[in-house]
Amino acid sequence: MEQQFDTSKLGMWLFIVTEILLFGGLFVGFGLMQNRYPREFIEAHEHLKQELFGRPFPLYGAINTIVLLVSSWTMVMGVNAAQTDQKKKTVRYLVLTILLACVFLVIKYVEYSHKFADHLLPGMFYGHQAEDLIKGTHGYATFFAFYFMMTGLHGIHVLVGIGLLSWLAMRARRGDFTSEYYTPVDLVGLYWHVVDMIWIYLFPLYYLIS
Amino acid sequence: MEPAVTSGARIGDRPRPKKNYLNETKGFKSWALTVDHKRIGIMYLVGTLFAFLLGGIFALLVRLTLLTPAHKLFGLQVTAETYNRFFTLHGAIMVFLFIIPSIPGSLTNFVLPLMLGAKDVAFPRLNLASLYLWIVGAIMAITSMIVGAVDTGWTFYTPYSTTTSGTVTLMTAAVFVLGFSSIFTGLNFIATVHKLRAPGMGWFDMPLFVWGMYSTAVIQVLATPVLGITLVLLMLERVFQIGIFDSRIGGDPVLFQHFFWFYSHPAVYIMILPGMAIISELIPTFSRKTIFGYRAIAYASVSLALVSFIVWGHHMFVAGQSQLATVVFSALTFLVAIPSGVKVFNWLTTMYQGNISLETPMLYAISFLMLFAIGGLTGIFLGTLSTDVHLTDTYFVVAHFHYVMMGSTVTAFIGGLHYWWPKMTGRMPSEKWGRIAAVLWFIGFNATFLPQFILGSRGMPRRYYNYLDQFQPLHAFSTVGSWIIGLSLFMTAAYLLASLRKPADAPDNPWGGTTMEWQTSSPPITHNFEDQPVLEHEPYDYRPKAVAH
Repeated sequence: MEQQFDTSKLGMWLFIVTEILLFGGLFVGFGLMQNRYPREFIEAHEHLKQELFGRPFPLYGAINTIVLLVSSWTMVMGVNAAQTDQKKKTVRYLVLTILLACVFLVIKYVEYSHKFADHLLPGMFYGHQAEDLIKGTHGYATFFAFYFMMTGLHGIHVLVGIGLLSWLAMRARRGDFTSEYYTPVDLVGLYWHVVDMIWIYLFPLYYLIS
Repeated sequence: MEPAVTSGARIGDRPRPKKNYLNETKGFKSWALTVDHKRIGIMYLVGTLFAFLLGGIFALLVRLTLLTPAHKLFGLQVTAETYNRFFTLHGAIMVFLFIIPSIPGSLTNFVLPLMLGAKDVAFPRLNLASLYLWIVGAIMAITSMIVGAVDTGWTFYTPYSTTTSGTVTLMTAAVFVLGFSSIFTGLNFIATVHKLRAPGMGWFDMPLFVWGMYSTAVIQVLATPVLGITLVLLMLERVFQIGIFDSRIGGDPVLFQHFFWFYSHPAVYIMILPGMAIISELIPTFSRKTIFGYRAIAYASVSLALVSFIVWGHHMFVAGQSQLATVVFSALTFLVAIPSGVKVFNWLTTMYQGNISLETPMLYAISFLMLFAIGGLTGIFLGTLSTDVHLTDTYFVVAHFHYVMMGSTVTAFIGGLHYWWPKMTGRMPSEKWGRIAAVLWFIGFNATFLPQFILGSRGMPRRYYNYLDQFQPLHAFSTVGSWIIGLSLFMTAAYLLASLRKPADAPDNPWGGTTMEWQTSSPPITHNFEDQPVLEHEPYDYRPKAVAH
């Protein structure tokens, strides 16, 4: 049993390494393109901000960061509850984590809708008409291409996470997990922290560059 | 010449068990849903060999087109576009469907758990998933050939790959899927080596094959995700014109080359390290001598894996990277020669004063040593800036990487296939035909590719469908060589398949091997071992005491 747990955990860590490398390629690509179009990238990122008390502020991004941080905490509490045989508490924290993940996606949806409305879209779909980010200038479309690719890939990971957490919650309700056997909770917990951590890097990269 | 185990093939063996992994259960489902690493290995073997056949046919077509400068095939004109497709399909199939998955997926899947004394790999279901991903990837790749055509070469260089018509998007999606198949295999092997070694087996008690495959697995896990995301970017560039690789819309084509080779140079070591891993088994077994420099070979495997990540820029000496980067990458590239040299010298020293028996697997091992030496040394010409600028994109490069990929890896693969064939099938292949085919392989290979070094150094560019008349003798020589290779492989396929028709005759340990896979029956039972094997002696222990046990 102990050996199986260790083996599964090793496998999960290796999987996490591949996830980080997958995003790593995109981070490197973003960095190089930012280096190529520094002015355009900074101008474009202003469009990720909203008005707050008369000043531009990355409202959606900041709220989402807090939402995911809190969800990491509920996840930790869920794993802890599973380890200490507290069935009800496990289910409750898992459901809370799912809800927070849904809140994240709803906010992301609102944010994406604004971009769609302004035609701030990747590549060939880019059609923003305002004076500052004219279509046809290299750099703007690339910025939004990376924005949608990286937040989109992250969003897919959140969706997968919701699926995994729902599966866990159902199994927890059935009473599958005990202090003897909680491997799936632990592994999904690791996955969820990685999804959270990737966002922690995405947030300053896209919303706070200057 | 005496066979390795002389006195009555089965003396000292347990009676052959009636049930083994092949006949324990029957029917399509028992194979399609199996989680047995041995059955998955066999299915991988069948699949990758079909890919080898397909890629081989395209190779023969390429060579046949080049028989004369008139670019004719069976009297028909071959257009430049058709020729582009031929060599793309040859390259893409051989690299992504055959060489990368073949040794890890087939032979390693089969023997690695046996060598560690384990019942299976760490994640058997993930292993099956890897096989299915390979099948899906193969179907996608072959579909992309049937419905359209891919003419970019296996490297998918931008901007050509982002602008050409044809089914590049489907092909790159196929390679993406195949990449994940490869990641799953690698992840599985790492966890297996870490956690499932037999009681008493420390890291330095493992067979060197395991060290080689462990290093391979590390590269598979660390490099392949980058290729995956690169290919996603390429697909998005083609479909949505996101402006990353195509300079018309603000991208950087050289960036693609950096991304691509950051994976694909390590991928070269995903191809060669398994070949070296097999050779580390064959040489001591058929020299009947403890391997020389066990730790040196083990460390050399790992250091090759690490060095492979920092030399990718040597593919781009003339692609417009900075002078400084070029010089640094050239210097780093020479590092590769050190662990490679360490291995070759240790293998040779193992053979020195050994009791060498020239059975079929050993013939391939010795061919490997010679071909790898040529492939490795000509690599130094290409790593050196002053010569590479002259030789880039000529047949010299083609000859060099065929000596390493085919002359080394495929030679080792065929040698390993003969070595473990009795364990996998319970049958001994014909020794006489095996030796003939091995000699033909060696002759055919050199006849095909040695002339290409000369062609390249005289300025014959690669990927051209015609050439100046003065090159014709050498091209014709090379084409005839490819027929000898084809004959050798055809013979090998024939006698291996023929061996399946006779009753099981292989002893448990036909070659006198010392590693754990030889302690179980041939073919093994479903759970590999009757009792959990325990490590009794270090690998390759050929001192008299151990032989007598």
